[in-house]
Amino acid sequence: MIRAQQSDQPKAEQFAFRVQDLRRTYFMKGETVHALRGVTFDVLVGEYIAIMGPSGSGKSTLLNVLGCLDRPTSGSYLLAGDDVAKINDYQLSRIRGRRIGFVFQSYNLLQQLNVLENIKVPLQYQGLIGKDANAKCRELAELVGLGSRIYHRPTELSGGQQQRVAIARSLVNDPYFILADEATGNLDSKTTDEVLELFESLNASGKTIVMITHEDEVAARAKRVIRLRDGVIESDERNEK
Amino acid sequence: MIAQFFQIVDLGIKSLLVQKMRAGLAALGIFIGTSTVIWLVAMGEGVSYRAQQQILELGARNVIVRTKEPNAGSDEEANSRVKAYGLLRADFRRIVENIPNISRAIPMRELKFELRLDDRTADTKLVGCTEDYLELNRLEIARGRWLSTRDRGEKVIVLANDTAKRLFPYENPIGRTIWVGSEFYTVIGQTKDRTASAAIGGSLDSRDYNLDAYIPIKTLRQRVGDLVMKRVGGGQGWNFVGEDVELSQITVEVEDIEDVDETAQIIETLLKKYHEKEDYAVVVPRELLRQAERTRTMFNVLLVVIAGISLLVGGIGIMNIMLATVTERTREIGVRRALGATRSDIIGQFLIETVVLTASGGLAGVLFGLSVGPIFRFAKKMVTTFSPDSLPPIVHELEPRIALWSVLLSLGISLGVGVLFGVYPARKAAYLDPIEALRHE
Repeated sequence: MIRAQQSDQPKAEQFAFRVQDLRRTYFMKGETVHALRGVTFDVLVGEYIAIMGPSGSGKSTLLNVLGCLDRPTSGSYLLAGDDVAKINDYQLSRIRGRRIGFVFQSYNLLQQLNVLENIKVPLQYQGLIGKDANAKCRELAELVGLGSRIYHRPTELSGGQQQRVAIARSLVNDPYFILADEATGNLDSKTTDEVLELFESLNASGKTIVMITHEDEVAARAKRVIRLRDGVIESDERNEK
Repeated sequence: MIAQFFQIVDLGIKSLLVQKMRAGLAALGIFIGTSTVIWLVAMGEGVSYRAQQQILELGARNVIVRTKEPNAGSDEEANSRVKAYGLLRADFRRIVENIPNISRAIPMRELKFELRLDDRTADTKLVGCTEDYLELNRLEIARGRWLSTRDRGEKVIVLANDTAKRLFPYENPIGRTIWVGSEFYTVIGQTKDRTASAAIGGSLDSRDYNLDAYIPIKTLRQRVGDLVMKRVGGGQGWNFVGEDVELSQITVEVEDIEDVDETAQIIETLLKKYHEKEDYAVVVPRELLRQAERTRTMFNVLLVVIAGISLLVGGIGIMNIMLATVTERTREIGVRRALGATRSDIIGQFLIETVVLTASGGLAGVLFGLSVGPIFRFAKKMVTTFSPDSLPPIVHELEPRIALWSVLLSLGISLGVGVLFGVYPARKAAYLDPIEALRHE
């Protein structure tokens, strides 16, 4: 309804997600911690956005909420029309699996599975294992440049290779956006560069990427940078290129 | 749905294989539990099957009345040189005359006796019997013929298999004469080898037919008599004690199987009138069978309880391992939750992993349990090879019989243990906070 009145604003389907007046309060040992104190921003489909901030800025809390791992205390988080703030654990799990592609700092591949099987994991939880599942996973492995190593175990891969497997895994469910948490934090500068190039090419092909980082060089590669401080947005700028 | 299930099972196997040693040791508890149930039940069934067969051989329609040595009453009695006790020929007549619904009654007198031929001797059980005895005890003639009505009072003898072999290791005994006491008897027949039957009448040994020698009961009475002198060892040389027994056993066959118990009662009442002492026992094979059945049931219940305890202990071991696994794999659980796993997905994963663990232990246990026959036979053979006399006969004759119910039960219990002891660790895994779990090192 609101969107109908604002005709100059982007249409509903053009939003990857919208965050409005998001607040998250923890109660720890009798103390109240206001981790997020009213955060509002929209992300459009096809954006490449970096979220920055020093430690204690509410960065991790925002990541957890955006990743549907946590629910905000108040405010709304609209992901394709669903207000994530108001749903239960089961539905949250389904949304994580269908709409969000996680990339972690420490790759988090499952050690007992090979590359192909690791990419396939999110599909299993959606019950989407069809005849084409293997073909799709193989395609994604090729996309991230690991087509020849699909039967390798994570321990047989370098850090950069593992992170590329994780990126392929984040893409397998065609998510609304990729949520990368310090995705280059464990990598050296050369592989950091490779991974960031991969993100850029994915973004160029239309993928929405939200990257949490504290490194300026990494943030500089994104198209838009949101800086958090003390639980509120300090700045929201577009990088001019 | 099914494909998904197999995927979870596959994942469970892969996860367990990461820690092969640990999984193997955890499954060992279940393995031992399962195979123990099958082994013990198979042994128990083997014993009770044998007992049943032996009892059945006594005849379900029969009532067996046996002489038994009474407990020494007074000192005078204990010190007397000749003890007279047991069933009388009068008892036999009374039973035949007074009890209408019996198809036949067969008297028998048996005593230990040494048979001789030249320098060969055989310590046998000399059995004085009638013509019916062959059929009654399901004996079969190997060569020659059995006693007939015309042999009554004649000096003829039928040898059992082992008796014949001792006296005539190489020759055909038929038509030959042997010494029975101080008289010559003509061998007219030889019986086939026969397995032992159940113990009755207070003696603990089972009845072995292979060292018998059979003569007509009339001949026994006329030529050997009722009184038998036994040598007993003493401080001052040999001593002789006499036993005066008329009949060792009367086998009564009842017309209708339904009347067996009642007839046994009547016989008991009838005999009680004429016997002051408890010098006889009435044995009803049918009752023995029922007792054996009760014993078997109790034994099986006991086994299941023991097995239940051992599987419970195994289950606790499994739970312990799974709890450790959940702690170790907290990070994996967090990752899976982030990638879209619901709580029930996680529960399913760990529950199936536990069940795979216990089921593989259970299946291995069943396989090992099913091989009880060959393994037991092999062990028996090894023991007899190295020390031939160390095994009691009951073990020699024992053949384990695998009971289907024990296989199904132990497999079922091991699966049940998997589910039961898997639920808690699985729930613990599922209710971890995904954020905390992801942060876990």
